[in-house]
Amino acid sequence: MTKKTYAYYPGCSLQHGNHAYGVSTEAVARQLDIELVEIDDWNCCGATEYMSINRLPAYALIARNLARAANENGEHDLVVPCSACFLNLHKTDKQMKEFPEWSEKINRSLAAGNLQYEPGTIKVRHWLEAITTDFGSDNLKTRVKRPLYGLKLAPYYGCLVARPDSVFDSTEQPTVMDDMLAALGAEVTTDFSLKTFCCGGHMTQISEETALGMIHQIIHNAVQAGADAIVTLCPMCQLNLDVYQGYANNLFETDYEMPIMFFTQVIGLAMGLSPKELGVGQEFVSMQPAIKKIQDVPPPKPKSERRPKQALPMPVMPE
Amino acid sequence: MNTQTFFDRVVEATPGGERLSRCLQCGSCGGSCPSGADMDHTPRGIFALLDGGFEEDVLSSNTPWYCVSCYACTTRCPQQIPITDIMYTLKQMAIHRGHYEHPHAAKFSEPFIGFVEQRGRSFEAGLATRYHLFHRPRDFFQPMQFFKMGMMGANMMRHNRLPLRPKTIRELDELQAILNEAKAIADQEVYA
Ligand code: SF4
Ligand code: SF4
Repeated sequence: MTKKTYAYYPGCSLQHGNHAYGVSTEAVARQLDIELVEIDDWNCCGATEYMSINRLPAYALIARNLARAANENGEHDLVVPCSACFLNLHKTDKQMKEFPEWSEKINRSLAAGNLQYEPGTIKVRHWLEAITTDFGSDNLKTRVKRPLYGLKLAPYYGCLVARPDSVFDSTEQPTVMDDMLAALGAEVTTDFSLKTFCCGGHMTQISEETALGMIHQIIHNAVQAGADAIVTLCPMCQLNLDVYQGYANNLFETDYEMPIMFFTQVIGLAMGLSPKELGVGQEFVSMQPAIKKIQDVPPPKPKSERRPKQALPMPVMPE
Repeated sequence: MNTQTFFDRVVEATPGGERLSRCLQCGSCGGSCPSGADMDHTPRGIFALLDGGFEEDVLSSNTPWYCVSCYACTTRCPQQIPITDIMYTLKQMAIHRGHYEHPHAAKFSEPFIGFVEQRGRSFEAGLATRYHLFHRPRDFFQPMQFFKMGMMGANMMRHNRLPLRPKTIRELDELQAILNEAKAIADQEVYA
């Protein structure tokens, strides 16, 4: 397969609180022959905060990145690992197309920095989409060196990749990550119904109880689904579910220890990379117990559940 | 003096806001909202108040601040109303008019934005305040909260996750020129 190149927007959180995601993203890209070219001098996307204060500067802040990406690397798609950054970049591009009057105001602002952006020039894509759609889960399967036999994973999509513009999967029941994890040899939970429920975003800073309630629900649901770990694609989700898990346990008097892994870490493990190369160890709730569950042989297939013999007979139509 | 109604101003300041007049009051938004239970009014309730022109009630309610931008309402609204974007507009208006009653939320957004404007980079949203509090603890009054933050800070350090000072981008002048221009345009044309 030929080398695939993308423009790359890492976003602030991969540089700081969650460099495990950054490290594992780069390690996996190397393994899959994907070249990620960082946008020169990119700036923060403003998360959900800038938009809360003043809309036009918030758009302009985001559009500066789009303009820079288009100037430098216009022929390549822009790949973004953080869901919030992805949403901001994708949504700004889309709204500029949809609302010319806003696009005009944004471009007038950009002009103060000698930049321009023509909406639609750059295609913004989440890193999960690039891997599962462009590279493909089937292709991924051929690269697996250490299948994740014996590990049961709960794919957690959160909000901003599934919504508002479900770009590459269903809004209510996305499955791309489910298929990808299965391709890596892992068992995937079938009844993790909160896979697109909100992790709370910045709610921990506003009303801790509301936030811990959301976090607790998600972890509780994954525990009930029998997961050994939750797999996420967003640094904000990882932070909330991992760092605040202990606080949620205190509040709800539970003792869950659910590791929260990045999907890139999971792919990396299946490709035979060491946990250290994937930034494992930065998490609050250790991933080691989950990693230790990986075994060399596939677990025996559970017997299919037939109706027990003593069950009541099916109703039959009278002759 | 602006003679537009509150409803019209909200519509105008929101891309796609004109769809708000199509609201059916069906309640799909409130039913989908993860923080709906803790809000003063659900999004549906807010839209009823908006329609009735209850500006004070809308802008002083906690609803916009409790919105976590999850877009569950927006994707499910049968009338394609950009609910999340309207929540942003309400936050902006509450701040702009200075009569928001949830300084807590704005207090959190502001240090985050301070970093963005002065450096072009920040942290993930969950860490900005933490950083702020860590470095300027005198802003911080409740001793219990402070203790908790300190504990978390120590844990963050242990896991090598404590934010360092964010980097500064190279072309900071360019960014600041863009932001200043955008603010000027917003003042003249969006919030006029
Ligand atoms: S879901 Fe849409 S139409 Fe229904 S109450 Fe909410 S805003 Fe109105
Ligand atoms: S976007 Fe805001 S208002 Fe809508 S469901 Fe999510 S939290 Fe509730």
